[in-house]
Amino acid sequence: MSIPVLKFDAVIVGAGGAGLRSAIQLSEAGLKTAVLSKVFPTRSHTVAAQGGVAASLGNSEQDHWTWHMYDTVKGSDWLGDQDAIEFMCKKANEVVVELEHYGMPFDRTDDGKIYQRPFGGHMSNFGEKPVRRSCAAADRTGHAMLHAMYQRNVKANTQFFVEWMALDLIRDEEGHVLGVTAMEMETGQIVIFHARATIFATGGAGRIFYSSTNAFINTGDGLGMAARAGIPLEDMEFWQFHPTGVAGAGVLITEGVRGEGGILRNSSKERFMERYAPNAKDLASRDVVSRAMATEIKEGRGCGVNKDYVLLDITHLDPATIMKRLPGIHEIGLQFAGVDCLKEPLPVVPTCHYQMGGIPTHYSGRVVMPKDGDMSSVVPGFYAGGECACASVHGANRLGTNSLLDLLVFGKSAGDSAVEDLKAGKAHRDLPKDAADKSLARISAIDNRKGGANVHETRLAMQRTMQDHAGVFRFGDMLKQGVSKILEVEKAARQLEIKDKSMAWNTARTEALEMENLIEVAKATMISAEARKESRGAHVRDDAPDTAEFPNGRNDKEWLKHTLFSPVDNSISYKPVNMQPLTVEPVELKTRSY
Amino acid sequence: MINRIVVGAHYGLKDWIAQRATAVIMAVYSVLMAAVLLIVRPSTFEAWQGVFANGVIKFLTFLFFVSLFYHAWIGIRDIWMDYVKPTGLRLTLHVVTIAALVGYTAWAAAILWRL
Amino acid sequence: MSKRMVQFSIYRYDPDKDDAPYMQDISVELEPTDRKLLDALTKLKAKDDAISYRRSCREGVCGSDAMNINGKNGLACLTDIDSLKQPIVLRPLPGLPVIRDLIVDMTQFFKQYHSIKPYLINNDPPPERERLQSPEDREELNGLYECILCACCSTSCPSFWWNPDKFVGPAGLLAAYRFIADTRDQATSERLDNLEDPYRLFRCHSIMNCVDVCPKGLNPTKAIGKIKDMMVARAV
Repeated sequence: MSIPVLKFDAVIVGAGGAGLRSAIQLSEAGLKTAVLSKVFPTRSHTVAAQGGVAASLGNSEQDHWTWHMYDTVKGSDWLGDQDAIEFMCKKANEVVVELEHYGMPFDRTDDGKIYQRPFGGHMSNFGEKPVRRSCAAADRTGHAMLHAMYQRNVKANTQFFVEWMALDLIRDEEGHVLGVTAMEMETGQIVIFHARATIFATGGAGRIFYSSTNAFINTGDGLGMAARAGIPLEDMEFWQFHPTGVAGAGVLITEGVRGEGGILRNSSKERFMERYAPNAKDLASRDVVSRAMATEIKEGRGCGVNKDYVLLDITHLDPATIMKRLPGIHEIGLQFAGVDCLKEPLPVVPTCHYQMGGIPTHYSGRVVMPKDGDMSSVVPGFYAGGECACASVHGANRLGTNSLLDLLVFGKSAGDSAVEDLKAGKAHRDLPKDAADKSLARISAIDNRKGGANVHETRLAMQRTMQDHAGVFRFGDMLKQGVSKILEVEKAARQLEIKDKSMAWNTARTEALEMENLIEVAKATMISAEARKESRGAHVRDDAPDTAEFPNGRNDKEWLKHTLFSPVDNSISYKPVNMQPLTVEPVELKTRSY
Repeated sequence: MINRIVVGAHYGLKDWIAQRATAVIMAVYSVLMAAVLLIVRPSTFEAWQGVFANGVIKFLTFLFFVSLFYHAWIGIRDIWMDYVKPTGLRLTLHVVTIAALVGYTAWAAAILWRL
Repeated sequence: MSKRMVQFSIYRYDPDKDDAPYMQDISVELEPTDRKLLDALTKLKAKDDAISYRRSCREGVCGSDAMNINGKNGLACLTDIDSLKQPIVLRPLPGLPVIRDLIVDMTQFFKQYHSIKPYLINNDPPPERERLQSPEDREELNGLYECILCACCSTSCPSFWWNPDKFVGPAGLLAAYRFIADTRDQATSERLDNLEDPYRLFRCHSIMNCVDVCPKGLNPTKAIGKIKDMMVARAV
C-alpha cells in the first residue's frame, strides 16, 4: 500500500495556543507550514483557560520581571530551570503586548491599559505581598487569546489541516525527526507529512485522571508519539491539582475568583487558608491550597452529605463586579453546580489540571534528550512548546497564569528556532522506507483484533488507578501498587478492540489511538512518582514528611534533579536542574512558605 | 458562464431603508384613514366617493399604494432570490413582478382619479 | 436526581454501510451524577462505540457538541437531560451536509466566518506597548467576542438554510460587527463595503432564531441591526 506524502517546510501538530503561536512565526516568515489539529483550532483546550496570562506590565502597581522570576522559581519548588524561567518572565511583556496588537480584547484599566488582577503565588518585591500581574479578558482569557491567535493565522494565510490526528513521529536512523504520519478523521486516510521541522504543541494529558478539568481531547498525543519514538519524558510525576474544580463535574473555576477576593471555607465556615498560608492566604500557590483543601476534607471538615468538598465563597463581593469580571463563573455555577454564586458559595474540590512535565526541551523550543553522555543533546528537526513540553519553567508546581505565558513564549521561540534552522537551509532528508509502517500496523491491529480489551473500560481502569494511587497526597506503598496496576492496564491498552469498522469519522478508532497515547503518559507518571522519594511541589508523599532536616519533605541533596523516564525500557534517569539564569543572580534555595 | 458563487452586488441598503420607510407610510396612512372614517362615518356609496374626492386623500391613498407595491417588490424579489436558483428564470420572474406591480400602480391611479 | 432509564431517538448514518439515514431508538441507564446530555451520550457510546459526535471541553466553551436536540439547536454539554421530553430526539445540525450520525460538514459555516476578514486590521506601526482603549470602548465588544463558533445560530436560520453559500449568517455577522465595533480596527469602511449586498447581510429578516438558540446568550440580530445602522449613518 502506498501512502501519500505531503511535503512541507514545517509541520505543527496541535492548534491550541502554542501551536497557533508557532504557526504565526512560520507563516509570517513565509515558510510552507502545515498545522494539524484533531479539532477546529478554536476548540483546542486553551479556549478553556479563564483567569489570565502573567506579565509584569505594572499597569496597576509597580512590578518587575525579576519578581515574577523569583515567584516562578519558588512556585516550582526550585525544580524549574532558571535559564528558561528568566527567558520566559523577561519575554512576558513582549508576547502579551503582541497579543493585544493581534486584537485580543483584554479588559482595560481606567487609563486604557490592559487590566491586571492578582493571582496565586504572584507577589511583589520577592515574595512580599500579592501583586496584580495577571492580564485578563474577564474570565475568558484563554478563549479571547485562542480566537485572537487563530484570527492572526487567518490573516497570515496559515494552512490548517482541521480534524487530522497525528499518529506517529517519523525518525530516521540517525535520530533526525522528519515529520509525522497522520489520519484524516473524516475519511480514515493515512498520510505522511514530510517536513524539515516538526513542532509538537499537543497539550497535556489530564485525561489520565478520573477527575480532571481537562477536555476529552487532552490525551497526551504528543507525549505518546514521542515515547513511541524513543524520546524520554521529563518530570512526569508532577501534576497540578487545581484547587477549585466544581465538585462532581470537574469543570474549572478560575483562581481569578480568589484574585477578585473569593475565600475558601470549610464546613464551619472558617477561612482555613489563614492557617496554612498566613501571608498569601487564599492566594497561596496551587499545590499549597490543594493540599490544604484535601487536608480539611480528610480531617472531616468538608461540606455536603459526604463531607467531600469545601466552599468557595464570593457572596461578600459586589454583584456588579462579579458579573463584570467573572461572568463565566456565574454561568458555570448555575450550569454545573446548580448554584447562583452571587447568593451561595460554590462547592469545589482539587481536580487534576495541568501536566508540569513533558517532552524535554531547551528554552529555544528545541527538543533535547540524552545522547553519548550529553544529557541535553538536541534532537534535530524536533521542537515542542506549551503543555506537552517541559522547558522546564514550572518545575514541581506551576503558578496560575504561567501556562498561557508558557505557550506564548515557548510557542513563539519554538517557531523562531524552526525558522532559524530552516533558513540555515538543509534539504528534506530522505524518508525511511518503513516511515508509515508503525502507524499502519497499529491501526490495522485495532481494526482487526477480536477478543481484545474494551476502550472505555480500559480507560476507566487507568483513570481510577491514577486517581487512587497518584492523587493530591501520595503514599509509598500505594505508588508501588500503582506501578504494577498501571502495567496491568498497559497490557490491556496494547490489546484494544473496537466494534466500529467504518472508515468515515470513526471516533471509536480515534479513542483507541488516544488510549495508546494516554497509557504512555500514565505509565511515565506512576513510575516517575514512585521513584522520587521526596516531597516537592505537587508531588507529596507520606514517607517524605515535613522534618527539620527536610522542610516540607523536600530533599535538595538527593532530589534536586529532573526525572527522565525512558519509555523504551521503563527506566528512570536524572539530569541536573539548571540553577544558573541567563543574566541575573540565581534564586537561592530556600524553604518554601506563603 | 463559469460556475462560481458570486456576491458583492453592493446594493441592498437602499432597499432595506425603502422597505422600512414604506412600512411607516402605510402605518401612518392606516391610522389617518381610520380616523377620517371614524369622523366621517360614510355609510353610502356617495359618502365614500365624497371622502375620496378630496385631493389630499387622493394623493395620500395613491402614496399608500405606491408604498405597498414598492414594499411588495422587495419582499417578492427576496422570495425569488431565496427559492429560484436559475438566473434566467429568476430574472424573468423579477420582470413579471415589476410589470405586475407597475400595472397595479397605474390601475390604482386610474381608480382614484376616475372617481 | 437518581438512577434512571432515558429513552433516545438518534439520527444514524454511516456512509460506509448505510444507503440512507434512519432514526435509532435506544435507551441508557444514567447515574445520579449524569446531569448533562453529553454525559448520556458518553454512556451511549460506551454501549455502542459507533455512535459518532464531536465533543471536547464539556463545559460550553469549545463549541464542538452542537446538535439538534428535540428540534432545537443547542450544546449537549450545557443541556440538562432531565429538562428534556423523552424520547430525546437527537439530529445533526440542520442545513449542513451530514458526514456521519451527528457530525456535520462545517466547511460552509467557516467559509462564511472567514469571508468577513475575522482579524484586527490596523496598519499603523505597532507601538512599544499596548494600544490604549477606554473601558467604555472595550465594553462595546461584550456580547460579541464571546462567540464559540458552534454554529447553533447559523444552522437555525432559514435565511442561512436557503443561501448558505451567499448569506454570511448570524455567527459571521456577529464576528463582523465585533471588528467594526473595535476602536482599534481601521477597516470599518471596507468591512461595511464587504457586507453591503442583498445576500451577504440583507438576507437577515430578523427572524431571531439565532438569539433563541445561542448557548452563550449572545444576540446576533442586535449586532446585525447595528451594522445596518452604521451603513445608514454612512449613507445619509
